[in-house]
Amino acid sequence: MSILVIGEHDNTSLRAATLNTVTAATALGAEIDLLIAGSNCQGAADEAATVDGITRVLISDDPSLADGLAENLAPLLQQIAGDYTHVLAPATTFGKNLLPRAAALLDVQQISDISLIEAPDTFVRPIYAGNALETVRSTDSLKLITVRTSAFDPAGQSGAAPIEAVSGGHDAGLSKFVGEELTRSERPELTTADIIVSGGRGMQSSENFQMLEKLADKLGAAVGASRAAVDAGYVPNDYQVGQTGKVVAPTVYIAVGISGAIQHLAGMKDSKVIVAINKDEEAPIFQVADYGWVADLFEAIPQFEAALDSPAS
Amino acid sequence: MKVLVPIKRVIDANIKVRVKADQSGVELNNVKMAMNPFCEIAVEEAIRLREAGTVDEVIAVAVGTGQSQETLRTALAMGADRAILVETDLAPEPLAVAKLLKALVDKEAPGLVILGKQAIDGDNNQTGQMLAGLLGWSIGSFVSRLQIEGETVRVTREVDGGLENIELASPAIITVDLRLNEPRYASLPNIMKAKKKPLDTVTATELGVDVAPRLEVLKVVEPPARAAGVRVSSAAELVEKLRNEAKVI
Ligand SMILES: Cc1cc2nc3c(=O)[nH]c(=O)nc-3n(C[C@H](O)[C@H](O)[C@H](O)COP(=O)(O)OP(=O)(O)OC[C@H]3O[C@@H](n4cnc5c(N)ncnc54)[C@H](O)[C@@H]3O)c2cc1C
Ligand SMILES: Nc1ncnc2c1ncn2[C@@H]1O[C@H](COP(=O)(O)O)[C@@H](O)[C@H]1O
Repeated sequence: MSILVIGEHDNTSLRAATLNTVTAATALGAEIDLLIAGSNCQGAADEAATVDGITRVLISDDPSLADGLAENLAPLLQQIAGDYTHVLAPATTFGKNLLPRAAALLDVQQISDISLIEAPDTFVRPIYAGNALETVRSTDSLKLITVRTSAFDPAGQSGAAPIEAVSGGHDAGLSKFVGEELTRSERPELTTADIIVSGGRGMQSSENFQMLEKLADKLGAAVGASRAAVDAGYVPNDYQVGQTGKVVAPTVYIAVGISGAIQHLAGMKDSKVIVAINKDEEAPIFQVADYGWVADLFEAIPQFEAALDSPAS
Repeated sequence: MKVLVPIKRVIDANIKVRVKADQSGVELNNVKMAMNPFCEIAVEEAIRLREAGTVDEVIAVAVGTGQSQETLRTALAMGADRAILVETDLAPEPLAVAKLLKALVDKEAPGLVILGKQAIDGDNNQTGQMLAGLLGWSIGSFVSRLQIEGETVRVTREVDGGLENIELASPAIITVDLRLNEPRYASLPNIMKAKKKPLDTVTATELGVDVAPRLEVLKVVEPPARAAGVRVSSAAELVEKLRNEAKVI
């Protein structure tokens, strides 16, 4: 057995999701190579070399691989996957876009979004918005897998693996990266944050979200949202937590003015401690909350913030 | 230009699914079924392209049992021009669906295939990407804006860090995200008209595709329930519990 993990990076540094994916790979119990495919990506490869548990870093450096376009990356994976029994990628928008294309080229039925490894061919994955857990055994000789990052701890970064170059990567001429509008924030990233403060339709406006941001800053937390809050334009799309947004499992998840639809719960119900603040005592969010506070959020949030200033007793 | 829109029949998004006692799957009998919500967005987008004059014909395709005809009629009532059912007994996996769709693409030669980003039953998020791979076409996945200018397809994609803009060569595969559009409801007259629109049936065998599953489902269980929580009635109480009981802040 041998495993290839596809590293997610921005050419200069590694994205955190890669670390969780390596931990999942470690559970398979075999040598792990970590692929950094990009352009001028030595920085990302150097960081990848520090990841605990890997045997070596493979670097594929070509201008066509600069922007993570699946059309250019998938043929590279097709070319090198034959050396491995398992290829793992994080179930991020990068991994979800890329891996199924490679799976089709390799004639493999991918296993999406695994949350547990039972055996090298047997995996558990949530289906139906996490309302059921499916255990599947793959009969493909090569396994392509995306990993639910919130279900695995990040690997440490104290290693020094060798870096080897692999050639490959050319422009398929099918797609072109034009630009991106990334959300800039000084706060922790949603998927790695220890505490998340999330707002829903009950917030009523983007101005009111500033209340949550203040609370988040006091807690050192990230800010998330329900689909309704994103659809209404209160916050950008990348704040969305849920079945079809980001899946998070922080130590504390504070849901404010969120009703708790199954699609939202799908993205946060594995959080360690859930706090719900909602004025409707019947709101389904209270069924998963460890601490439920029936209150008008416009009164509750300033009070919560003030209470945090009081000295610990 | 023709557009192909693959649509899937799934348990209605508002229904809470129940796992079967024998752990073989989730209960599908006597459960309200509907078109996968992302597929509704795909159908809507295709119809808008036809209304804008960019597209001549919208073809809805479903892979599944005869019951998927109902879902195809819904797409026809929304405004699709004709429909194709690829009839199978079992629910094929994404790779098999992608192969069946490729066979139809080879036949129909559409300029665009618009799919949902994800079917909300298996939550696989694979089929469109696989189809693009099999065809060697470009892909815009998780799309929240779509513009077609001649041979160039411009899309905005919802990615983890925000939004990404890319340009695709035609023909292209698109998978749609929630914020691309708001699907219309079918009007009663259009539901009546849809009954007369063409709906053809082919089988996987006729398309020459092997749909044998690669994954064996060993069991399907309910996730562990969370322990019941407590109510707090003030900020001071909440902060006290978080600090001293849960010890998390
Ligand atoms: C295919 C599909 C995918 C989806 N994916 C997602 C997803 O990934 N993530 C997601 O979140 N949703 C998703 N949804 C949507 C989901 O079904 C719900 O519609 C959505 O989560 C509701 O958001 P909300 O709780 O903010 O809004 P609402 O359901 O409208 O709830 C607002 C809540 O705020 C409370 N409130 C209002 N005012 C106050 C106040 N002053 N003080 C305190 N409380 C107040 C109300 O009591 C209510 O409970 C999806 C739906 C579909 C069909
Ligand atoms: N059985 C099917 N019939 C038609 N289209 C399908 C089928 N399965 C998946 N699709 C399409 O592929 C998209 C993604 O599905 P999935 O890869 O299963 O998450 C769906 O939104 C549909 O557009």
